[in-house]
Amino acid sequence: MMLTRWQRPELTSWPVFGRLSDLRNEIDRLFETPFAEFSRASSLLGGWMPALDLNEDKDHFTVKCELPGMKKDDINLTLHEGCLTISGERRGEQARPDGEVHRAERFVGRFQRTVLLPAPVAVDKISAQYKDGVLTVTLPKTEEAKPKQIEVKVG
Amino acid sequence: MNTTQEKELRTETRAVRVEYVMPPVNIYETTQAYILEAEMPGVDKNGLEVTLEGNEITLLGRRQVEKVSGEQLLRERNEADYRRVFELDPTLDTSKISARIEQGLLTLTLPKSAQQQPRRITVND
Repeated sequence: MMLTRWQRPELTSWPVFGRLSDLRNEIDRLFETPFAEFSRASSLLGGWMPALDLNEDKDHFTVKCELPGMKKDDINLTLHEGCLTISGERRGEQARPDGEVHRAERFVGRFQRTVLLPAPVAVDKISAQYKDGVLTVTLPKTEEAKPKQIEVKVG
Repeated sequence: MNTTQEKELRTETRAVRVEYVMPPVNIYETTQAYILEAEMPGVDKNGLEVTLEGNEITLLGRRQVEKVSGEQLLRERNEADYRRVFELDPTLDTSKISARIEQGLLTLTLPKSAQQQPRRITVND
């Protein structure tokens, strides 16, 4: 009798297409027809995780989050203990209609993303803009958090 | 609408190393039309190209160039443009296709030809 080490089948048979950025597309393709119905199920398992960028410059943090086809009022922003949380809901009834559904790849339901900001921000100066399905949040750093040059006088 | 064309396109794009993001779509069918929604965040009206060739419709969305300053601490968003091709049902009236994009959501309305739409037939005495 031979003992072979058990490996998860998905690890051994996983198609490698070279780039990690392809992974999401590959997963999308796996759930394509004839399994289109299951794409909804995959969203249920993993939830909707909208893609998010965090950028830091001298004075600001900038968060960009992809939320296509939302209503401005359905997006919530909260800041708590240095964590910015973007949450919201895409309601099923918004995704109309009376007719037959041939494909349902778009996510319906709640989402939530939280990012920890590496430095304190001025809460009252945070601004947000929602344009072309991308939410941009600008968070100015507090004066204490900005890099400073201290002049030392040599006597 | 079927997907043979999409599969061909994928192998083709991989071979020439042009990368596109495949936008997720919803497709509905009503008595009058097919409605297709495609998610293309970061694309505005000017970046959108919808082309019809024979009975193939190509959706191409070019993202707006964003200026990035400072340091990127987290980067999940893809920079590639969006592209997806669909083969259209021959019963569609391709001259009446309309498109609009709102908050990164493209909505295409593809009306069925008059013959395919349900009609009420008047009954004579």
